[in-house]
Amino acid sequence: MADPARATTEPLVQVRDLKMHFPVSRGLLGRKTGAIKAVDGVSFDIMPRETLGMVGESGCGKSTTGRAVLRLYDITGGSIRINGTEIGQMSQSALRKHRPTMQMVFQDPQACLNPRMTLAGLIGEPLDEHTGWSRARKLERIYELMDAVGLNRNFANRYPHEFSGGQRQRIGIARALALNPSFIVCDEPIAALDVSIQAQVVNLLEELQEKLGLTYLFISHDLSMVRHIATRVAVMYLGKVVEIAPREALYADPLHPYTQALLSSVPDPDPETAQQVRRIILKGDVPSPANPPQGCNFCTRCPAVMPVCREIEPETREVAPGRFVACHLHDASVPTSIPTGGPTPGGASTTNQQGGSS
Amino acid sequence: MLNGDAPVLDVRDLKTVFRTRGGEVHAVNSVSFHLRPGELLGVVGESGSGKSVTMMSLIGLLPSPPAEVRGGQVMFGGRDILKASAGELRRLRGREIGFIFQDPMTSLNPVFTVGFQIMEPLRKHMGMRPEAARVRAAELLDLVGIPDARKRLKDFPHQFSGGMRQRVMIAMALACDPKVLIADEPTTALDVTIQAQILELVKDLRKKLGMAIVWITHDLGVIAGIADRVMVMYGGQVVEQAPVRALFADPRHPYTRALLQTVPSVRGERAPKLKVIEGQPPLLGAHPTACPFRFRCDKAHDRCGRENPQRRVVGAPGHDVACHWDPDGAGLAAAGLTSEGVVNG
Ligand SMILES: Nc1ncnc2c1ncn2[C@@H]1O[C@H](COP(=O)(O)OP(=O)(O)OP(=O)(O)O)[C@@H](O)[C@H]1O
Ligand SMILES: Nc1ncnc2c1ncn2[C@@H]1O[C@H](COP(=O)(O)OP(=O)(O)OP(=O)(O)O)[C@@H](O)[C@H]1O
Ligand SMILES: [Mg+2]
Ligand SMILES: [Mg+2]
Repeated sequence: MADPARATTEPLVQVRDLKMHFPVSRGLLGRKTGAIKAVDGVSFDIMPRETLGMVGESGCGKSTTGRAVLRLYDITGGSIRINGTEIGQMSQSALRKHRPTMQMVFQDPQACLNPRMTLAGLIGEPLDEHTGWSRARKLERIYELMDAVGLNRNFANRYPHEFSGGQRQRIGIARALALNPSFIVCDEPIAALDVSIQAQVVNLLEELQEKLGLTYLFISHDLSMVRHIATRVAVMYLGKVVEIAPREALYADPLHPYTQALLSSVPDPDPETAQQVRRIILKGDVPSPANPPQGCNFCTRCPAVMPVCREIEPETREVAPGRFVACHLHDASVPTSIPTGGPTPGGASTTNQQGGSS
Repeated sequence: MLNGDAPVLDVRDLKTVFRTRGGEVHAVNSVSFHLRPGELLGVVGESGSGKSVTMMSLIGLLPSPPAEVRGGQVMFGGRDILKASAGELRRLRGREIGFIFQDPMTSLNPVFTVGFQIMEPLRKHMGMRPEAARVRAAELLDLVGIPDARKRLKDFPHQFSGGMRQRVMIAMALACDPKVLIADEPTTALDVTIQAQILELVKDLRKKLGMAIVWITHDLGVIAGIADRVMVMYGGQVVEQAPVRALFADPRHPYTRALLQTVPSVRGERAPKLKVIEGQPPLLGAHPTACPFRFRCDKAHDRCGRENPQRRVVGAPGHDVACHWDPDGAGLAAAGLTSEGVVNG
């Protein structure tokens, strides 16, 4: 899957060892007693015009990663380069200049649209903030954006409540596009929409990407949608990226036991295959990010756990071109492990956890 | 009835209307279906298609006003429960018909322990003594896979994770050994790995307890994995009903066909472009006199605007569809109508 052209192109987004810890305070004086390690050492690249999908269970840190990359937070540590500029430690005032090139589309289109503003006002808001354009020029741009996302120009003076969920999400996308960004973080942009409308929004995002050369970080817990839209996929678990791989490789042959369990849990919209898929049913729940386990974060639920996993945190390694995984099973230097590249690690313990669990 | 055992639940021509300041909302329009003992009926349909309102109407869970059940018959245990008094319905809901809501936090009371909440129906409806009820409650928590069940009875809902709360809800719904369990999107709010745990649990419990289940979901994958039969709703009507394999292999309604094509899969071939159902859901402002799907349907013709199609038998036994269009050609549709007539439930 290694793309030879890729090696020569610079990534548009380069994230290294990103950390975002939220303080936990107790008592009257709000004394800091610990930290929620929402994002704890995350690294990835996104190539120009590429879509990196980001998946994982609720609370694993996907949104926090997306927001941190856009510097909506002051991050705890790490480096973020966008288009060659390091913005990890940049002050919020210095960031203002860079804001137009990076934008975000949010999950709930209803919650982030001011109900008292018209559609034209909403789409024009970023233009008011970041440009000194005349009214006429702004209106021209607003119409252009409405065309681009498939909203009828006659709707310009209507209010958000008069639109359906899918249309409201189009408004959100038009806003994100207003300042000609090159990079957009889409945080669960379809989660609040009905299935029949999800496809409309995903197709629109794909069309816009092609036309405008956009680069996306597409956050979702819907593994089948991510398979559709993403070029590469990053899998997160409890604040860390456990696996990154090109789409085809990841879905055909997941390496990390968590990715394997996650993919096998997705129900198949086909009664014939639903019977055949070997499901890995994980026991228990995700631990709290305020108190992650020692060693590998997944060791408390992993069907292929080894003694070393409870002691030492696995490093992320490139086990095949473009395929990164953080798991002792795929680390040749760990004596108890199985050679890398095997599709199902630790066969015996995996089958023990199969199906019909109590 | 088409075939098989006598149904435990038989719903005919159910009609529910909401009276709002903006006018009437005809949410459920002549819905008919039945449920056989031990069977799992999946209910799918887009948001607002009337799935929840249908199920809540038939066991008297809708506040009136604004809701008004305008017609129909719901046969359960040999009588029409639409005519039952509020008290009788309450007893029925506690004992014979279990209900699981989409959001467990709204139906678990945060100020009472989980144990108290499971024990209450046991004491009230089954007349159990406190000690017997406690033993049974612990058994139920154990049954739904909560470790250390006896100790956890003392915990409050917020001390459980989302997946565990959903298990507690299932335990509560199962407390009095209901004949029918109605589950409204019971796993939608959960992560896939937790959803997989719950689906395994339900399969297991069906084998052990043999109750009949109505399972509402928008996830066709869930339906494919657990349902015996599927009912597809659109605009407050049942537009198609079939055994699960027949529905996926041979969908007859244009809405069902489109719906099956809009969902990508994690396995098998990856479609280069997603199919889209253009347009908006119907407004439901009046009783429908035409097909509610006609504006979004690529098979629509004038008849669809003049006449709301009746459900008619097609293809495999137990498969029916409410549509004027016929994928096999006009001749067969006519034959289906004359030989088997119009379906009622
Ligand atoms: N502002 C905050 N203060 C404290 N903790 C936070 C804050 N924001 C997020 N968290 C915690 O950080 C963790 C990661 O949250 P995040 O919202 O990034 O998860 P997510 O992967 O996007 O989940 P979901 O799929 O539910 O959206 C969670 O445990 C969350 O409770
Ligand atoms: N209290 C109410 N007042 C007015 N209309 C209502 C009320 N409750 C529901 N409706 C309407 O009844 C219709 C059916 O709603 P219902 O909740 O049954 O949909 P659903 O199929 O369960 O959708 P979802 O998948 O979103 O849960 C919708 O058009 C809805 O707007
Ligand atoms: Mg999130
Ligand atoms: Mg509902």
